[in-house]
Amino acid sequence: MHEYSLVRALADRVEEEARSRQAVAVHRLTVAIGAVSGVEPALFETAFSLCREGILADAELEIRRVDAAWSCPSCGRAVPSDPPLRCAVCGEAARLSGGDELILEQIEMEVP
Amino acid sequence: MCDTCGCGDPNVVSVDVHENILAVNDRTAAHNREHLDRQGILAVNLMGSPGAGKTAVLEATARALSGRRRLGVIAGDLETERDADRLRAVDVPAVAITTGTACHLDAEMVHRALHGFPTGGLDYLFVENVGNLVCPAVYDLGQAVSVVALSVTEGEDKPLKYPVMFRKADLVLLTKVDLLPHLELDVSALEAGLARVAPAASLLPLSARTAEGVSVWVDWLEARAASRPKPSGEGLGHHHEDGRGMIDAAAGSGGRSRDR
Repeated sequence: MHEYSLVRALADRVEEEARSRQAVAVHRLTVAIGAVSGVEPALFETAFSLCREGILADAELEIRRVDAAWSCPSCGRAVPSDPPLRCAVCGEAARLSGGDELILEQIEMEVP
Repeated sequence: MCDTCGCGDPNVVSVDVHENILAVNDRTAAHNREHLDRQGILAVNLMGSPGAGKTAVLEATARALSGRRRLGVIAGDLETERDADRLRAVDVPAVAITTGTACHLDAEMVHRALHGFPTGGLDYLFVENVGNLVCPAVYDLGQAVSVVALSVTEGEDKPLKYPVMFRKADLVLLTKVDLLPHLELDVSALEAGLARVAPAASLLPLSARTAEGVSVWVDWLEARAASRPKPSGEGLGHHHEDGRGMIDAAAGSGGRSRDR
C-alpha cells in the first residue's frame, strides 16, 4: 500500500502551488495514472479521501487512466499489448512507451 | 476564469502542472545515482518477495567476489537488523534501514543511509529492498540496475500476477533451484510469463546453497559494471547545497539509519 505516500507527495505539491498563488481553496485536481504505473486508482482515491484537509478539504480528484503502450526499440513501430510483445518486423523485444506515468496534470483553484 | 466546468467564476483558475507526482523522489534518486556513478559504484536495487532468498543471494555474491571486488549493502526491512547482521558476518559492510510500517524503500531513505555509509572504494552497492512484489517497483532509488529475486517455490505465475515489478527488472534471478527436483514448477511457463510482461528481461537460475548459477550471475554483474561510463575521478566528495557531507573512504563506521 504505497498509495498513501503517493497521495502525501501529491498533496505537498498542490499545497505548494496553492500557496504560491495565495489560493483560498482547491476545487479539483486532475491526475493521470498509467495502467502499469503500479498505482491502483481505487486505492489512490481512498487514500486521497483520507488525506483531504486544509486547502484540499473540498477538492475533487479526477483520475485519467492511461493505457499501456509498447513500441519497438529499433524501428519505433507500435507493438500490440498482447503476447508475444515483439516487433512483427524486427523481432525485437518491445519496450514500454507509455502507461507507467503518475502525473499531476492540472489544479483548479480559487484565488482572491 | 474557470474553463474546466464552465461556471464562469473569475476567481477560479486552472493551473497546468504536468509534473510527476514522484518528482521529489526522482530528484533525490538522480542525486544518489550521480554520487554513486561518480565513484564508479554499480548500484543494484534487489527486489523480491519476503523469503525469496535476497540475502542468501548477496551472501553467495560476497563469497564469489571475495578478494576481487568490494561490496556494500543497504538492507531494508520493517524491523530488525538481521539481514545486515548476516552480511556483516561475511565481511560485507552493511547498514539496515528499518522502515517501521513502510512497505518499500524510497530515494530519501537510501540517501540518508548513504550519509552514514562508507562507500569509498566500493565496486558494488546492493540495496536489498523490503520484501514485497508491489510497492518497491514504484520508487526509483538511484540504482543502475534492477534485479528481482523469484524463488522456485513461488510458482510460475508471479510475473503475470505482478507485472509492474517484473517489468522493472533488468534480470530475474530464479533462486533456490536446488529445490526443483522436489517441486512441479513449470520453468518454461515461468519464462513465457516473464516474456509477456518484460520481454527484454532474462531469467537466471541460481542456488545460493549449491552455488549453481552464481558464477553466471557474477559475470552478469561484472559485464554491467564494465559497460558503464568510467567515473569522472574528480570530486569523490558528496555535494549538497546545504553543505552536508556524505561519508567517503574508510572513514565511516557503518552507521545506522532509521526511517518511518
